[in-house]
Amino acid sequence: MAKHDTPLLDQLESGPWPSFVSDLKRQAETKPECWDILGQLELSYKDKITHWKHGGIVGVFGYGGGIVGRYSDVPTQFPGVEHFHTVRVNQPASKYYSTENLRAICDLWEKYGSGMTNMHGSTGDLVLLGTRTENLEPFFWDLTHELKQDLGGSGSNLRTPSCCLGQSRCEWACYDTQEVCYHLTMHYQDEIHRPAFPYKFKFKFSGCPNDCVAAIARSDFALIGGWKDDIRIDQAAVKEYVAGNYPSNGGAHSGRDWGAFDIKKEVLDLCPTGCMWMEGDELKIDNAECNRCMHCINVMPRALRPGKEKGATVCVGAKAPILDGAQFATMIIPFVKVDKESEFQEVIDVIENIWDWWMEVGKNRERVGETMQRVGLPTFLSVMGVEPVAQHVTEPRSNPYVFWKEEEVEGGFERNVAEFRKKHAM
Amino acid sequence: MGYDPNNPMEGRITDLGPPHYSKFLPPVIKDNKGKWLYHEIVQPGVLVHVSETGAECYTVRAASARLISIELIREMCDIADAHCDGYLRFTTRNNVEFMVDSKDKVQPLLDDLKGRGNKFPVGGTGACVTNIVHTQGWVHCHTPATDASGPVKAVMDELFEYFGSMKLPAQVRIALACCLNMCGAVHASDIALLGVHRKPPMIDHERISGVCELPLAIAACPLGAIKPAKAEVNGEEVKSLKVNVDRCMFCGNCYTMCPAMPLADPDGDGIAILVGGKVSNAKSAPKFSKMVIPFLPNNTPRFPEVVSAVKNILEVYAKDAHKYERVGEWAERIGWEKFFEKCNIPFTDKCVDDYRLAYTTWRTTTQFKYTSATDAYTK
Repeated sequence: MAKHDTPLLDQLESGPWPSFVSDLKRQAETKPECWDILGQLELSYKDKITHWKHGGIVGVFGYGGGIVGRYSDVPTQFPGVEHFHTVRVNQPASKYYSTENLRAICDLWEKYGSGMTNMHGSTGDLVLLGTRTENLEPFFWDLTHELKQDLGGSGSNLRTPSCCLGQSRCEWACYDTQEVCYHLTMHYQDEIHRPAFPYKFKFKFSGCPNDCVAAIARSDFALIGGWKDDIRIDQAAVKEYVAGNYPSNGGAHSGRDWGAFDIKKEVLDLCPTGCMWMEGDELKIDNAECNRCMHCINVMPRALRPGKEKGATVCVGAKAPILDGAQFATMIIPFVKVDKESEFQEVIDVIENIWDWWMEVGKNRERVGETMQRVGLPTFLSVMGVEPVAQHVTEPRSNPYVFWKEEEVEGGFERNVAEFRKKHAM
Repeated sequence: MGYDPNNPMEGRITDLGPPHYSKFLPPVIKDNKGKWLYHEIVQPGVLVHVSETGAECYTVRAASARLISIELIREMCDIADAHCDGYLRFTTRNNVEFMVDSKDKVQPLLDDLKGRGNKFPVGGTGACVTNIVHTQGWVHCHTPATDASGPVKAVMDELFEYFGSMKLPAQVRIALACCLNMCGAVHASDIALLGVHRKPPMIDHERISGVCELPLAIAACPLGAIKPAKAEVNGEEVKSLKVNVDRCMFCGNCYTMCPAMPLADPDGDGIAILVGGKVSNAKSAPKFSKMVIPFLPNNTPRFPEVVSAVKNILEVYAKDAHKYERVGEWAERIGWEKFFEKCNIPFTDKCVDDYRLAYTTWRTTTQFKYTSATDAYTK
């Protein structure tokens, strides 16, 4: 029996898309605090403003993150959501679950929380929404002792790393995103749980330049798969595409009649570098001109595959707009090996190089991308021990304001103005 | 034994990390990891991945609201137990995926999902509008300028036919962030819905010095619009702050740092629409979303102005763009002046960048197209 009237929210029960309102009502039958979630949300729909108080620092002993405090600003009306803290549980790589594990998490959240979740949070965590302060430690005890699982990150720390599904179910992944994500998550447990950074720091691992986890847009450290040899071509399969026997783009456009597949129009002419052509019915690629954008491979997945010498490109410094505007990650290292044998040492070296510097020079609440902007790309490259190459920019500078260093200029900066005056009267 | 509040550190376990992913991979996935040859979308919402071993994995993708109950998760588990050997996964766009290892298991799974009302619509593949990445909104957040789950439901109800079909020129990624902090990272989406404030913060003089570090609040403003000030509270002079409202860009960073500077407001808050962003490197480089509609009101519960604006942009794009062209690639090919004309969206000064580095977006060429917007010059 509903505890509050929710005439506005009730209008979000109709329609073909899954309704969170119907779902909340169903859950409220066994978790009555869900009526108060609905009640407070209805009030927000009426008032057109949030009814959650600002902040609230709560957590479990020994951790500086993983739990986000939240309190209602109308607790007498909605006592079930007086405390409504969020728990971030570190998701398994690529968000695969056994039902056994998911059911155990559900049971835990039935015992200690509101029964509502986000599957998943934007950074990747399994998010459990709404519990009281006194439940946090008992919840954490059961999570670690019974489920052998752990919290993710929040605050100025390494945020929970995330990855695309990689080689588990994708033919394009150029490295094992799950393994590196898992390995580094374990390697950096301290950095995830105990904030010691100027601000948040995110890792994201995408297996190819299609970038399904938005690493280049959302992570301070983006590892995006690529290859350095030639795209593999199956000429027999090319012929099947040209003959219309295989659907273009893996069937992604089959809902509309776009006409017969035209390899020139759909592949060759859309190649951003124009590095492909047909010789008779053979597809040719000038791989030295290829920038590995993935379009041709996306369109003809049965005919074209990434090369065999695979690794990843490191891009650094993406963030959302607060404060100086959004930034994409900047390409810093064209190619690294992502090698399990060495326990990903090449990747770890790059990460720790960034951290050592950023923890020293980064200002409070400054993302590494902002620190990079403040000091300039040449300085950042030098910190990283990376020789600048033309690949680091889309074009060279168009202003003449070079910061020459004294040792780069013949004779240095020290000069004698008296000597100068002897030859140059004022 | 369980948690003992008198001995909180007794028996404590920390730093376990997540479970190893290999425990959760369905057998067909585990056996063929790294061996996949190609994939195909056999019908909207159903993919097949084919391994070099000849094994096949069929994936059925269904929507979820992201804000979901443990009851619903248990129902997902029931489905996975009945059809998928007890495994399932979630996508980065909040869909749930059920995987089976042979074609004959697909139809029973689809039938099961279909028999559960509107809980698990199948789709979200290929040239479609897939699930909306979004934030918490009024359900959980303390800084939002709009709700998240409600607008998402309203938009997807209206765009539903595009979720379960593949008739668009390319995939269209929609995202919603309920304030400028952009937990939903909408800055690189084909169509982005962004909660925005339009009123400067109020100053709670009575409480500010008790709950805020004043210098931190001053430093939080990227435009230096916050200054120290004296205020009178109950006849006594107290240290406080003031805001130069002419310089405020309503980012809300001050409120993040100082709870005594609230800026949310029923009339001031609403949704801006940005379009043309992309994350993928395919064809063109990743792009930021660009603002095309600076403000639409929070008309609860179904946000009709927002829904119709999104649908309009989507359908004009669907009609006009070339195959494979993302929204941003289309807008750049035809020119943004044509985008505004074709979508019948009035262009105002609000869409001209006047923040830092704005100059890079000013037109410094005579190459432009005449549209109805330039009639005053040409007619």
